[in-house]
Amino acid sequence: MNTDRIMKIDKSTVVKIAELSRLELDEHAAEEMVVDLNRMLGFVEKLQEVNTDGVEPLIFMTDETNVYRADIVKDEVSQKDALSNAPKKDMYYFRVPKVIGNSD
Amino acid sequence: MRKYDSIIEVQNDLRSGVLNLPQLVRYYVSNINAKPQLNAFLEVWEEEAIKRAEEIQNRFNKGEAGKLAGMIIGLKDNICFKDHAVSASSKILEGFKSIYNSTVVDRLLAEDAILLGRLNCDEFAMGSSNENSAFGAVKNPLDESKVPGGSSGGSAAAVAGDLCLAALGSDTGGSIRQPASLTGIVGLKPTYGRISRYGLIAYASSFDQIGPMTRSVYDSALLLEVMAGGDEFDSTASHNAVPEYSKLLETKGKKKIAYIKDCLESPGLNPEVKQRIYQLIDQLKAEGHSVDPVDFPHLDHLVPTYYVLTTAEASSNLARFDGIHYGYRSKDAAGIDNTYKKSRTEGFGKEVKRRIMLGTFVLSSGYYDAYYGKAQQVRRVIHDKTMKVLEEYDFILTPTSTNEAFALGENTKDPIAMYLEDIFTVQANLAGVPAISLPLGRKQSGLPFGIQLMGRKFEEQELLAFSQKMMNQEV
Repeated sequence: MNTDRIMKIDKSTVVKIAELSRLELDEHAAEEMVVDLNRMLGFVEKLQEVNTDGVEPLIFMTDETNVYRADIVKDEVSQKDALSNAPKKDMYYFRVPKVIGNSD
Repeated sequence: MRKYDSIIEVQNDLRSGVLNLPQLVRYYVSNINAKPQLNAFLEVWEEEAIKRAEEIQNRFNKGEAGKLAGMIIGLKDNICFKDHAVSASSKILEGFKSIYNSTVVDRLLAEDAILLGRLNCDEFAMGSSNENSAFGAVKNPLDESKVPGGSSGGSAAAVAGDLCLAALGSDTGGSIRQPASLTGIVGLKPTYGRISRYGLIAYASSFDQIGPMTRSVYDSALLLEVMAGGDEFDSTASHNAVPEYSKLLETKGKKKIAYIKDCLESPGLNPEVKQRIYQLIDQLKAEGHSVDPVDFPHLDHLVPTYYVLTTAEASSNLARFDGIHYGYRSKDAAGIDNTYKKSRTEGFGKEVKRRIMLGTFVLSSGYYDAYYGKAQQVRRVIHDKTMKVLEEYDFILTPTSTNEAFALGENTKDPIAMYLEDIFTVQANLAGVPAISLPLGRKQSGLPFGIQLMGRKFEEQELLAFSQKMMNQEV
């Protein structure tokens, strides 16, 4: 692994990442985020100095194996309960803003 | 009324009749009301708690009460209790009420615990000072100009300030142990998988653990035995047998204890804390335990590994907050994509957004291998090295925090300085081992700091028993 590679995040990367994160950043927030993310990346850059050749990534932290149950349908959450916290709903459905054909 | 430091004392007084449970609930409520500036409780379920106290008192009188009769508990505001608000101290969960009980709540209620209210924390458990809450900072009851630590800062302040007997916290990188250290209480992060996370609002799922925050090791052990064990709703919860930890608090024989030399020589460590650790090492040696320095060449890699992995997991876990299914929805959004964006932008606080952004970045195409994949590999290196030490040694001894509680506002401008608060605690989360912070240190300022012991996976019994011994022999 190349250890002297320093990643720099510019504003266009921040704009792209914000889009992927479904967040909006105004001009000021975007500039602040460029500084913050570069600092954080500089900080985690330290990982590049660890030799991990041939090391398997550690992904699962538990040794538990699958526990099976009978394949029976259970109504654990009622429709009423599931809708109870929705900011906008009708009797049966979540209400969302119009998805298709907005402006064209 | 006297201050109780353990459920044993409460139950003794219930038995002798000098105390009844509704009285005890009212005592805690009056303590909460007397110190609103601590900002520890976001909500107190007074009426409900008193009603339940009356019922449990009746059962207690008949000898039919559960083993947690007398345990009056505050819940960190990221643990679900059916029909009660829970918000992860975030605006995005404004108005949200849980439609089910977390497994820990079910188990506590089944043994007659009383849930007194929900406790402030850093938003989505992201922070080390409890200054990231949408509902304001929590103050340290021992010195109100200081932070209580975080992210379970409300839990720590409530237990240290005698606002309840015990509290639940959650610990992703030190969020139970570091605030326990800064407020002088006992904080236990169990082995990964020891306690079900069903009903815990997720932050980083390969790290998160729920654990007890108490004023005694006995209460910690008792709460652990009630909450631990397999759960059909959480496939990561271990089915390993759960010992009766509270009855097994006697440690036997001489132990082998490791300490990490680099950690005690680290420049950020306060000299008084360092001195106290060496004093404890000498004391343990004098008792016949063997205490040796060990090499651990990855101190500088712990926090970076933690931040890459937890932000990545958080960016994925927090994708569910979309303004559609529950929680906050922006009023002035047009169209579906704009609804997601505006709701999330207005709903999440600054630190949460920062972490979502970093997490999304390290998972994005082109950077995944260099950051996320790399951090997973380093995690294995850290895990294996920690296991190797624990093959030879029963425990690893470290300070919990580098110093006593810091001042409110002191670290808020520098995220990295705040992240380094976790330097001694994250190792246990990266490796999945249990760790406890014990209130065994006190600075000349009078403020406490914690001593941490890490143990082997699923050997909480040994860890708690040895902790009890250390607390009993405190000089």
